[in-house]
Amino acid sequence: MTAETLRLSAARPRNLSLGRGLLIGLALLWLTLIVLAPLSVILVEALRKGLGAAVASLSQPDVWAAARLTLLTTAIATPLNAVFGLAAAWCVTRFDFIGKTLLMALIDLPLSVSPVISGLVWVLLFGASGWFAPWLNAAGLQIMFTPVAIVLATILVTLPYVARELIPLMQQQGSDEELAALTLGARPSAIFLFITLPNVRWALLYGVLLANARAMGEFGAVSVVSGHIRGLTNTLPLHVEILYNEYDFVGAFATAALLAVLALLTLVLKSFLEHRHADDLAARGRR
Amino acid sequence: MGGLTMDRRGLLLGAGGLALSGCAQPKGAQAALLNVSYDPTREFYRAYNEAFLARWRDDGGASFAVEQSHGGSGKQARAVIDGLPGDVVTLALASDIDEIAARGLIAADWQTRLPNNASPYTSTIVFLVRKGNPKAIHDWPDLLKPGVEVITPNPKTSGGARWNYLAAWADALRRPGGTEPSAQAFVTELFRRVPVLDTGARGSTTTFVQRGIGDVLLTWENEAFLAARELGPDKVDIIAPPFSILAEPPVAVVDSVLDRKGTRDRAQAYLSQLYDEPAQVLAAQHFYRPRNPVVAARFADRFPQIRMVAISDFGGWSAAQKRHFADGGVFDHIHQPGQRP
Repeated sequence: MTAETLRLSAARPRNLSLGRGLLIGLALLWLTLIVLAPLSVILVEALRKGLGAAVASLSQPDVWAAARLTLLTTAIATPLNAVFGLAAAWCVTRFDFIGKTLLMALIDLPLSVSPVISGLVWVLLFGASGWFAPWLNAAGLQIMFTPVAIVLATILVTLPYVARELIPLMQQQGSDEELAALTLGARPSAIFLFITLPNVRWALLYGVLLANARAMGEFGAVSVVSGHIRGLTNTLPLHVEILYNEYDFVGAFATAALLAVLALLTLVLKSFLEHRHADDLAARGRR
Repeated sequence: MGGLTMDRRGLLLGAGGLALSGCAQPKGAQAALLNVSYDPTREFYRAYNEAFLARWRDDGGASFAVEQSHGGSGKQARAVIDGLPGDVVTLALASDIDEIAARGLIAADWQTRLPNNASPYTSTIVFLVRKGNPKAIHDWPDLLKPGVEVITPNPKTSGGARWNYLAAWADALRRPGGTEPSAQAFVTELFRRVPVLDTGARGSTTTFVQRGIGDVLLTWENEAFLAARELGPDKVDIIAPPFSILAEPPVAVVDSVLDRKGTRDRAQAYLSQLYDEPAQVLAAQHFYRPRNPVVAARFADRFPQIRMVAISDFGGWSAAQKRHFADGGVFDHIHQPGQRP
């Protein structure tokens, strides 16, 4: 190494550090404005009349009912979409078939239509004058304006997330390892369990977390199919709106804070897993 | 393809699983009564439900729950039409219940099945102004003073806004030399002064009180009282104009739901007891004008005397709706969406 290059490499970090500081500062400023400020507004408003008032408004049975329904909906919608997303990604990246493009477009559809539409389609299918109304009436079944409709709407809205995370990765990975296992005589279930699943587990986790966050926070589609019956068909986001409209600002913001805490918990879980498996992640290039 | 069938089976599993887990609720809820109502009645019905259930138990009735659903009046009517199983509807406008009746869910003669046009309480349209009434707004013509900004929701989407509009129209008509064209001119000028046209009454209240936009809010009397109490008696004053409109929020049982659920007795009791003295007192306490003359006398100082025009003076709701608010009606001529003067 000549003296020239030594000087250059010594000078580079110092030159960079100004730009780096600026960039970091800008990113932090932006984050503060867009994420931290609104988040702290929620907390400040929730605590405006003291911690006691916030806790009191959270201990209302209606809030608990809403939280239960939100968690139940998420607990049903997320695993179903994880299974569907895995199956769809497998299908799309490992096989060629007629209608593959159509299937991929359909998977993306819930992302591109407004959530209001994603709710309204269920009304048109299962509502009192919907397509299946005669059959449902004969069977004495009510789907619209019950938790079932809320789960259906949530599944539709969160359908793309897992598949969208998995497809690019599985395309990039290719099927070489699986083919090798096949030629060595591995059973399909073994190939899936010991090769496919481990290869995509991080992408799967991210997809599940995204779907989970969206399922908990969904407002538009759920609002259309809920019927807003207090204690029965109100999810947390709907309950926030109701409380706000009742001039119960402390209650509304306390409930919003509860929702934010639930979302933060999933983030903490993700960070914890990332931290624990940092080596594994580095070896796989972040995925 | 495999993905698709997987998905469908997943959906069915999910629906089935939930139906199972939710089974306990609909069973218990079968006996419950669902009241589908509009926005500003939440506080009143919360109190009334408690009183009604206590009386029902005292009379030896089996205990059950009353559930509430609230939202914009038109939106709620739409939900009932789409299958929201409300046993009773307590909405802002007769025309919203007419919409449900037109689908055969409610008997056509619903408005004569209970006294007073099936409206157990009434309200009217008043002005909410900034504290101290700095623009000196006391009567309808004051709304057109230079520099006055008026807040009202959109009559296309809001029941309350239709009462606002009709009250302004009727006031212009009763003035000396008042004619239909002069009334239309007055209302046109009024809506020119609306900087924000919200979709519902609560939205307009928030615009006026929370966001501090406008000099005067045209709103339900009960909403004005509630806003003043909840959002700051030190911020706003209620001004009762000498002339306004008699707003009759109607109630009805939803026959198709009652027949299916077998809840007719309790639903009818629920509505008819709204006319009894205890419920009338509750209504007055929640700023609705009671029908019962004894209760009305007791709360006389709360509700100022106002000369009122009624919807029948406009030929009933269906006539008023067609003339003023339907597509191509008068309101479409005086207000072009997206065009701010």
